Amino acid sequence: MAGSNPNAKPMDLTLKVWRQKDRNSPGQMVTYPLKGISPDMSFLEMLDVLNEDLLRKGEEPIAFDHDCREGICGMCSLFINGRAHGPERGTTTCQLHMRHFSHGETITIEPWRAAAFPVHKDLIVDRSAFDRIQQAGGYVSVNTGGVPDANEIPIPKSIADKAFDAATCIGCGACVAACKNASAMLFVSAKVSQLAMLPQGKTERKTRAENMVAQMDIEGFGACTNTGACAAECPVGISLENIAMLNREYMGAKLTSENVAS
Amino acid sequence: MILDSKIPEGPLAEKWEKHKFDMKLVNPANKRKYDIIVVGTGLAGASAAATFGELGYNVKAFCFQDSPRRAHSIAAQGGINAAKNYQNDGDSVFRLFYDTIKGGDYRAREANVYRLAQVSVNIIDQCVAQGVPFAREYGGLLANRSFGGAQVSRTFYARGQTGQQLLLGAYSAMNRQIAYGKVKMYPRTEMLDLVTIDGQARGIVVRNLITGQIESHSAHAVVLATGGYGNVFFLSTNAMGSNATAAWRAHKKGALFANPCFTQIHPTCIPVSGEYQSKLTLMSESLRNDGRVWVPKTVETAERLRKGEISVNDIAEADRDYYLERKYPAFGNLVPRDVASRNAKLVCDEGRGVGSTGLAVYLDFADAIKRDGQPAIAAKYGNLFEMYAKITDENPYERPMRIYPAVHYTMGGLWVDYNLMTNIPGLYAAGEANFSDHGANRLGASALMQGLADGYFVLPYTIGDYLARLPYDKVSVDHPAFKEAEQAVIAKNNQLLAINGTRTVDDFHKALGQIMWDYCGMARNAEGLTFAKQEIRKLRDEFWRDVKVTGVNEELNQTLEKANRVADFLELGELMVDDALNRSESCGGHFREESQTPENEALRDDENYTYVAAWEFTGVGNEPVLHKEELKFENVKLTQRSYK
Ligand SMILES: Cc1cc2nc3c(=O)[nH]c(=O)nc-3n(C[C@H](O)[C@H](O)[C@H](O)COP(=O)(O)OP(=O)(O)OC[C@H]3O[C@@H](n4cnc5c(N)ncnc54)[C@H](O)[C@@H]3O)c2cc1C
Ligand code: SF4
Ligand code: FES
Repeated sequence: MAGSNPNAKPMDLTLKVWRQKDRNSPGQMVTYPLKGISPDMSFLEMLDVLNEDLLRKGEEPIAFDHDCREGICGMCSLFINGRAHGPERGTTTCQLHMRHFSHGETITIEPWRAAAFPVHKDLIVDRSAFDRIQQAGGYVSVNTGGVPDANEIPIPKSIADKAFDAATCIGCGACVAACKNASAMLFVSAKVSQLAMLPQGKTERKTRAENMVAQMDIEGFGACTNTGACAAECPVGISLENIAMLNREYMGAKLTSENVAS
Repeated sequence: MILDSKIPEGPLAEKWEKHKFDMKLVNPANKRKYDIIVVGTGLAGASAAATFGELGYNVKAFCFQDSPRRAHSIAAQGGINAAKNYQNDGDSVFRLFYDTIKGGDYRAREANVYRLAQVSVNIIDQCVAQGVPFAREYGGLLANRSFGGAQVSRTFYARGQTGQQLLLGAYSAMNRQIAYGKVKMYPRTEMLDLVTIDGQARGIVVRNLITGQIESHSAHAVVLATGGYGNVFFLSTNAMGSNATAAWRAHKKGALFANPCFTQIHPTCIPVSGEYQSKLTLMSESLRNDGRVWVPKTVETAERLRKGEISVNDIAEADRDYYLERKYPAFGNLVPRDVASRNAKLVCDEGRGVGSTGLAVYLDFADAIKRDGQPAIAAKYGNLFEMYAKITDENPYERPMRIYPAVHYTMGGLWVDYNLMTNIPGLYAAGEANFSDHGANRLGASALMQGLADGYFVLPYTIGDYLARLPYDKVSVDHPAFKEAEQAVIAKNNQLLAINGTRTVDDFHKALGQIMWDYCGMARNAEGLTFAKQEIRKLRDEFWRDVKVTGVNEELNQTLEKANRVADFLELGELMVDDALNRSESCGGHFREESQTPENEALRDDENYTYVAAWEFTGVGNEPVLHKEELKFENVKLTQRSYK
């Protein structure tokens, strides 16, 4: 059964993959030759093929995170040939297809590297820091029920669209992995901007910016030096404008908030 | 066992109001004395956990992903229905109710569906208040579209990412409760058993997916919001981890499983491309608003196309068969999913399918692009077109998409009463995990609605009514019932690890999927189903003899996780076949070849099958016991569904 491209020839590849038993063990790169990979396979299907081979040989398969395989859940990761989510721009690893690699190529696969994302096993890292940052303020404080009719909060389409763009962050962590400082500014700014732009989020905008940034620092993410590497590797195109907005929000909060001691 | 649906008395439109008044309340100061476990934090679970927390209960929530934000709900594309009638086009609570009952081919409860339509309007208000960025018109008000065969525009959407935005809304509400300490979240934790004491649900046994540790959690009530079981088929539009384990293990502890054979096969998915295929990708049904479905008129043209002798754009208009428009002039390309899927299968079975495998039909946007211009089409469907291009390496602006039906949603699930409680007191099921609202076929944009209705607006009331009658006393996890359940879980894991056979878990899963697809898929018949039952049993025996699971329990072990899930699919698959065999009528997504009209449409048998089939577990390999809940229709007249 051929896919969309019946002439595509199977490829042979060499994989160099990071293997690490658990958080406390040292890891190393291990080399695996792989034959007959269809260019129509997704990158993760290619790893499935390798894992099935390993299993049949009684070896431990390579652990990697994935779930939706549609580019939306943000569960897949992988640092491929030195790039977060691989060589294709605007693409998560699960949506990356083997047609972007060539026969005979050596592919290196590593986990996200960041102090705030410790490795659980092989290619799986702990991204719970992201959840804790959201818990610090990534919400509008409304309880279920007792809210106004949806159309009583009109929002200009241009603003709704911009807020939507920021809201599409999938929480994958590629921005952190791509940044030499392992900063989480793009991730944090996406939520802060989304809610700061919308009338529903305005009431809490100051405390939200302060608290989320504070949590980001506690988690050990690095400082932002505006290199833009994050946005370049973000699979859903979260824009650097959000970081500018976060900076404005944060400065504004610092200047006028009663919540900040200093 | 008598199945009591606990449908309140009174006129349909007043049942829920009246019931809310009749239910007992827990005093605000006493809510903190009750603990609730919520397994699953997709739309149904996250919305429930957040709301329970807001009300003051102590909540423990569990999911198997690394974050609750990644539940499979995130992948929903098209939208969410609500009877807001913002478009002034004739929608109403009653019409949404009627469409849903009819769409489900009269196999759902009137009272549940009516309540769903009623609370649908609150959901939109709630989500907007949370900051969910729904699509808007230039005037700043919310936009709607018509979806999945509805003749009114009642679907709210956020580009092609509605599920993502709704889930992130529920996730944010839950995060707020986590920050307050009212919800404790356990990610990367999988429920492997339900614990009942004196017939009541009192807790769960879980495996920590990082360390392998087996732990117990006790509570006053347990909610399962663990999603659907479409992955029985191996290939489906579900996420890779979607599974039936929580629901199935509750079933083995006594919870009835209802209508397991009701599976939705979605008409517009990207076709299978090779043996390595790990999942199927949905192309949102909204595409059928502008795309036209066709195949070549003749088998000869289709053959030349498949061999690559001609290309799709060479086929003249006169040689194309827009079969949905031809057969269903009133609904055309917008017929409900089950009808669209079955017709795609029919034309492919005739040999008129396209693509190299012949298992695909075209979804063509050429006319829409001519009419509205490429930018307008891109604005509506840009992300879907991009996804299609990424996967297939073909440009859908230039040539029609190739699509084929794929398993998408399971209408069946744990049996629940009007309060969403299973037959085990204290055990609730919500979202796709229950069977309640979609009958034999779910309409587009109705699952998101149901998940959030259950979590935000139904469970928070009904669970209070149950808890208000319970003493505050907590059960310790040292209770023998917990220890026993833990031991059983450990023993099962050890057994899986000890087999050390020759075939991989995926191997078995694929083999099961093939049996299910061939005999319990888009068309079913008695002979095939009887054969499938034997095949599944053989495969299950072989699994327990010959599966290979590497590693140990005390580590992150993805093979062991999968093995547990596939072990359950191998049992559930048989029950689906039993149910399909029992229901010798056709209805909705369940098409029995023995029961069709001369035009090959599904033929219901209302006299004999107007019931919910709720199955009781009696042991692996034993015949399950069927309990029937008769469905009463007092407000709609049962008609043969027609979309002509
Ligand atoms: C591609 C796609 C598109 C769709 N588009 C639409 C649409 O446009 N409109 C619409 O209305 N519906 C749509 N649906 C259907 C809809 O998305 C789902 O039915 C719905 O989101 C299910 O929500 P849920 O909360 O019940 O379950 P899920 O979102 O599946 O969540 C299940 C939760 O349970 C957890 N879980 C499962 N098992 C265990 C266990 N054993 N232990 C611990 N945790 C467990 C998971 O971690 C997860 O948190 C779509 C479905 C798919 C596949
Ligand atoms: S900002 Fe982009 S790269 Fe960073 S987590 Fe969000 S989606 Fe991923
Ligand atoms: S697996 Fe969900 S985004 Fe890649």
